[in-house]
Amino acid sequence: MTHAIDKTNFCNKQTRVALRNCGIIDPENIDEYIARDGYQALAKVLKTMTPEQVIKVILDSGLRGRGGAGFPTGRKWQLARQIVPDADQKYVCCNADEGDPGAFMDRSVLEGDPHALLEAMAIAGFAIGATQGYIYVRAEYPVAVKRLDIAIRQAREYGLLGENIFDSGFSFDIDIRLGAGAFVCGEETALMTSIEGHRGEPRPRPPFPAEKGLFGKPSVLNNVETYANIAQIILNGPEWFASMGTERSKGTKVFALGGKINNTGLVEIPMGTTLRTVIEDIGGGIPNGKRFKAAQTGGPSGGCIPAEHFDIPIDYDNLISIGSMMGSGGLIVMDEDNCMVDIAKFFLEFTVDESCGKCTPCRIGNRRLLEMLTKITEGKATLEDLDKMEKLCYYIKENSLCGLGQTAPNPVLSTLRYFRDEYISHIVDKTCPASVCKKLLKFTITDNCKGCTLCARKCPVNAISGAVKQKHVIDQDKCIKCGVCMDSCKFSAIEKK
Amino acid sequence: MEDLINLKINGIDVSVPKGTTVLEAARQANIKIPTLCYLKDINAIGACRICVVEVKGARSLVASCVYPVSEGMEVYTNSAKVLQSRKTTLELILSNHERKCLSCVRSLNCELQALAREYGVDEDTFSGEKTKYDIEDTNPCIVRDNNKCILCRRCVAVCNHNQGVGVIGTNNRGFATDIGCAFNMDLKDAACIGCGQCVVNCPTGALSEKDDTAIVWNAINDPSKHVVVAPAPSVRVQIGECFDMPIGTNTEGKLVAALRRLGFDKVFDVDTAADITIMEEGTEFIDRLKNNKTLPLITSCSPGWIKYCEHYFPEFIPNLSSCKSPQGMYGALMKTYYAEKSGIDPKDIFVVSIMPCTAKKFERGREGYMTDGLADIDAALTVRELSRMIKKAGIDFVGLPDEEFDPIFGIATGAAHIFGVTGGVMEAALRTVVEVLEGKESEDIEYRDVRGFDGIKEASYNVAGTEVKLAVVSGTANAGKLLKMIKEGKADYHFIEVMACPGGCINGGGQPIHDAYTRDTVDIRGLRSEAIYSHDEKSVLRKSHLNPVVKEIYDSYLENPGSHKAHHILHTTYIARGK
Repeated sequence: MTHAIDKTNFCNKQTRVALRNCGIIDPENIDEYIARDGYQALAKVLKTMTPEQVIKVILDSGLRGRGGAGFPTGRKWQLARQIVPDADQKYVCCNADEGDPGAFMDRSVLEGDPHALLEAMAIAGFAIGATQGYIYVRAEYPVAVKRLDIAIRQAREYGLLGENIFDSGFSFDIDIRLGAGAFVCGEETALMTSIEGHRGEPRPRPPFPAEKGLFGKPSVLNNVETYANIAQIILNGPEWFASMGTERSKGTKVFALGGKINNTGLVEIPMGTTLRTVIEDIGGGIPNGKRFKAAQTGGPSGGCIPAEHFDIPIDYDNLISIGSMMGSGGLIVMDEDNCMVDIAKFFLEFTVDESCGKCTPCRIGNRRLLEMLTKITEGKATLEDLDKMEKLCYYIKENSLCGLGQTAPNPVLSTLRYFRDEYISHIVDKTCPASVCKKLLKFTITDNCKGCTLCARKCPVNAISGAVKQKHVIDQDKCIKCGVCMDSCKFSAIEKK
Repeated sequence: MEDLINLKINGIDVSVPKGTTVLEAARQANIKIPTLCYLKDINAIGACRICVVEVKGARSLVASCVYPVSEGMEVYTNSAKVLQSRKTTLELILSNHERKCLSCVRSLNCELQALAREYGVDEDTFSGEKTKYDIEDTNPCIVRDNNKCILCRRCVAVCNHNQGVGVIGTNNRGFATDIGCAFNMDLKDAACIGCGQCVVNCPTGALSEKDDTAIVWNAINDPSKHVVVAPAPSVRVQIGECFDMPIGTNTEGKLVAALRRLGFDKVFDVDTAADITIMEEGTEFIDRLKNNKTLPLITSCSPGWIKYCEHYFPEFIPNLSSCKSPQGMYGALMKTYYAEKSGIDPKDIFVVSIMPCTAKKFERGREGYMTDGLADIDAALTVRELSRMIKKAGIDFVGLPDEEFDPIFGIATGAAHIFGVTGGVMEAALRTVVEVLEGKESEDIEYRDVRGFDGIKEASYNVAGTEVKLAVVSGTANAGKLLKMIKEGKADYHFIEVMACPGGCINGGGQPIHDAYTRDTVDIRGLRSEAIYSHDEKSVLRKSHLNPVVKEIYDSYLENPGSHKAHHILHTTYIARGK
């Protein structure tokens, strides 16, 4: 059975580094991790390397943060090591507050290979000079929390966490902190504020965490997937890692492939793989013979990539250049049945809901932006409104306090960039080309109607009338556009436009 | 030599110490950057985004209130982009702000209104859903109208950090974010001390004092009531600010004239009661010192402090002076001594006090502030409320002649005047206590060690062979710090003065409100306190025990300080309250 799965494109086109142990080892058994070279990297680091050498290896590997912004990991560690040379305490933190809708890359590592994370954090601790680590994991991942807890206990039992690891004189321990479900706590300063026991809200930067982070001490914060690469880089060498990927984006990236696609799930691919390979080869294409319209990457802060960029190699810089971003790796495929204004609205609804409310542009600006989008989807907007909306997007990006606000308008801007005609249709023609926006839809009964009365009986608001065996009519004033009539009609006599 | 950072702001070269923010550097170069959430020494969180500036090379605009300067930095504070951004920010704030400016208590003294005017905002650029809140006015001191709140969090910061109270915080998130007590508890049920620092730090009309002017107008207009009024020590050096007079102007004479013209039957002075407070508290201190009773003795003039102690440090209640505050002593004497001497039924006397304080409104209602079944005080107005009454009555405050308080409750010493500033009660007490203990007149009566605006001041004086250790604290967060040190055995005193508000009454929660820019560029507390000390210096009598009125009241009525009768009228009790 396993054999057959390995033969599918979905599996054999992937390159698994971060996910190498997921599904293969028992995550609750440290021996299985050790059997797969687990904690060898930590031993190598503690026994044979200096902190500076560790940082140089990570720098040379070209590893960039997998949480979204793509900051070079080695550089981050270097800053945390150097910027406050006489710090009495430093911290290593792990961002396991995966909050993008539909994304579960980190969850997979946390649940499938928790020791990889612990090992990497200990290596980071050695590199920057920290003795304490915190994993900030969302409480909505109970299995992940349980397995992390087991892993930490086992690692302590084996002496792989705690005092004087491998008799090297280096001590390091890790504690878990649970997030309470706020998306903004994935933002580094908000995450640290939350660990400190305060309301999870971002703080202004500078000072950056490398200088003044958790509890005001120099801190490093990396995402789960970033850490999942560390031990492999140490063991296989930076050249091995840098041999994968593009010039400025090395290694692999895990994507959560979803939406209108045949094979959904986590896929780990080398940087530089094209969208076409991901969607057509690995994802098995779009179901029901529908046409590809766009792929949304980068989660709620990302953007939509249209068909014209189908062959673009996916890496940090290319995605930015076409108005999207890597983000944490969400990849949602959309077909011709998706309305792009509606998609933008969906993502903006998410960020408006998740805004912490601290700064004005995000708290009120994004709310007003959502109201403008809603106006468009209801056919009530003017072209002047569109202009105002675009200006507001740029204002919010330019003025917001943290990354959440600064990127919230991205779905709007990227859909405006590639699908402006859809906006115009909603505004000028008062129609939704994909027939999604309810307020602009009209259900009518065609001549195919046999007068069976089924639709009239199913209609929840009694909007359909007509005699038996006579063509029925929908009262547009009463119709709530629920679509029940269309679903129930056996003669395809109901049209949605 | 400090490291200086060189930068350019709007093309002007500026050199400032490392760690300075762009906003502070700009102020140094006389460049005004508008602010809303920023408040010097209180709040710097970069939330409102009004203070954004352009920094060459930065990815986006930056909030100057929290952005540190760096070498070679080029800053633009008024580029087209910056100005447009600020205007949009204001328009967004206004789109969720209840714009009842005409009837707002802060109209013409509102930082949002002033900025809206400066930036020529269009009120209708953004329209949409508004958040709706009920006005919370059940607390006797403070009213919160979140419909006018701009979420600057200055109130939260001052309550948490400067006052160490922390009963308000941020609830909900995103567009629904609001400020209030945890779990939407009513402020009257929370461990709020009523100090009103939230009110004086609010840039808009979201927070205000509980307005009691209506009951005062009613009393004045009621012919059956004999209405007496008296201002607290600090009020006379501040009320002028409400009429655009320079900060730190002593307008005692005009204040008396204004109160008389408002129709009060008698205009007395709380300062006289302050002198009596010294007699009672001084006596209490000497008794505790000589007879090895509970020490340190801690002053009880500040009702915010008293409530703080009752909520957060009830174990120190035995240390509190049993003396009522000067407000309480004034009220109690009105309804006993004054009623008897003037032959008026105390039930017909309506006692009004003018206070720098919102907590006095709570104090007024305390059970222990009643004498023979009658409340000592019937209404406690803040300086702001009084100024509104004066304006409403059409009184030209600035043009008023100087008038004198009514006898006999109108004579006070310099010792009483300085009650209005941190250290003042201690200094006044020392002027009397030292003479009593040493049995001779002292030459040097200025105790400079207890003056100034340090949050915690310590001093030690050899009095009649005893080394008396003193501490003077202002701001309840500092009080908490000091009490913790005492509990831990790290500090030890005989006598402590505590004022709830940082700097004392001259920075009280009932005082005139100034905008953030004025507060950042003018030493308001310093000017107000100078006026108070200069009043003291010019006073003929500067020691409470030399006040002839005090002598008269004791001789003819109270017998002597600490007497049974004095205790009945002038002393009170406290209760432990939960957190």
